[in-house]
Amino acid sequence: MTNANLFAQQRKNRQRSLLLVGVFVLFFAWIGFGADLILYLQTEGGPPGQYVHAFPFVGIALSLLALGTAWFSWRRGPKQVLWASGAWELVTPSTPEERQLVNVVEEMAIASGLPRPTIWIVPDDDPNAFATGTDERRAHVAVTRGLLTALDRDELQGVVAHEMAHIRNYDVRLMTLLAALVGVLALISDGTFRYFRVGGRTGRGGRVGGGRGGGSKKGGGALLVILLVLWLISVILAPIVSRLLAMGVSRKREYLADATSAQFTRNPGALASALEKIERSAAPTKAIHRGSAHLCIADPLGRRLTGKQGFVADLLATHPPMPARIARLKHMAYQVEKTGELPEAVS
Amino acid sequence: MGFWIFVILAVAVVFWVIVAYNKLIAMKGQTMNAWKQIDVQLKRRHDLIPNLVGAVKGAMEFEKDTLEAVIQARNQAVKLQADASPTGGIPALAKAEAALGAALGRLNVVVERYPDLKATANVGQLQEELTSTENRVAFARQLYNDTATEYNVKQQQIPWNLVAPLAKAQPVELWEIEEAAEREAPKVDLSMKPKA
Repeated sequence: MTNANLFAQQRKNRQRSLLLVGVFVLFFAWIGFGADLILYLQTEGGPPGQYVHAFPFVGIALSLLALGTAWFSWRRGPKQVLWASGAWELVTPSTPEERQLVNVVEEMAIASGLPRPTIWIVPDDDPNAFATGTDERRAHVAVTRGLLTALDRDELQGVVAHEMAHIRNYDVRLMTLLAALVGVLALISDGTFRYFRVGGRTGRGGRVGGGRGGGSKKGGGALLVILLVLWLISVILAPIVSRLLAMGVSRKREYLADATSAQFTRNPGALASALEKIERSAAPTKAIHRGSAHLCIADPLGRRLTGKQGFVADLLATHPPMPARIARLKHMAYQVEKTGELPEAVS
Repeated sequence: MGFWIFVILAVAVVFWVIVAYNKLIAMKGQTMNAWKQIDVQLKRRHDLIPNLVGAVKGAMEFEKDTLEAVIQARNQAVKLQADASPTGGIPALAKAEAALGAALGRLNVVVERYPDLKATANVGQLQEELTSTENRVAFARQLYNDTATEYNVKQQQIPWNLVAPLAKAQPVELWEIEEAAEREAPKVDLSMKPKA
């Protein structure tokens, strides 16, 4: 990949990060102000002296909350992801494997021209790895203990290079933001839904009756119904849509990171055999939760879907099918063997 | 009117010269920095070798020649490294380093024959460090060659070549691996794990 391509990729990822935050805040504003409008339409035109919801404090509160969450995710997202996986930072290596990991990361820092990221070890016996961080100066690479024992030096190098590729392409910030925001969205959506159900049960008679009582304003009533339906649909669909978004965003990046990894190590065959080993150990990576699944080199939630190809698998998998990735890498390895040149990376 | 056009042109030229000068200086700095990266790793490699030799010496009395060759190649490389810089001495140093790599490769073949020795934590660790250093040299070399080539091409292109003497830009030498030396080096797997 040429430099121009790389910069374009980085810029696109930065724009996507900003867009993601923008959409997130706007969504919360819509949920908040939508609720205000619904409450206003319900309460206006009632008998004098009854409460009228004129000041949109729900919308203001939710927008501020969303802004705060986004800011917090931007600043603290990487730490949250690492904390959730139970990883500990490798500062002074004590075993030969740890020593080797530190060496490999430093080699890849030279190959990629990036500052050395901090290294974390996830206490899990399933081989897997992920990268997180806000930019290339504050980046973290985490590998599981299982990865260190399962792979040989060259394979480990391929995996670390793959993670460094995510850092260099600025994938880490976007994917970490997604992890944090998707998590928050799911939480709040669940909460609102529960509140709404409980609230609906106790308050049904009074409120709906009130709305009907002002029957002279038919137009307002229709608007209210449409609004209510739209509002409910967005609350219900938000977590699903956002998760699909996270998956789609991550799938595309894996091929690119594989190709960049081959560029760093000049040894695509090693990453191919590493992926084969990771694929073969079918145990799920328990330490890594659903929210950060798309950060990992291989889907940590069981491997059933990644083996299949097809529409449903495409939609639901956070990663491209493993056989396809391995095949691409082997093709690259063959090219290197034959011509001594690495084929130009294609995104 | 004509006078003003002349003034504007002159200002534009002066402005371009300043920009070009700064660009060449910046590229020179990048090349030097890339070279430093190799230099640091070579020094690390040279510092590690006496340790490795010391660790295996006792157990390998009758392999004196192999050890001697490593020490000599290392000393030769150290000597050449002292006055190698992008403007001179790189091909000689590259050759010495290749010879050192070949000597180390032969030593590793010998070490493989002494499983007890290899099992010593110290030797294993030193081998891992040497492998890592060699990889770092290789990756640093890629970066250096890319940077240096860009610098060389730029300062020879028209009109950059007119500014080059001003910026004291000179073509720098690339770190090229000689095919013969490469072929000579035996392929040794230095990883500490058995191949699956």
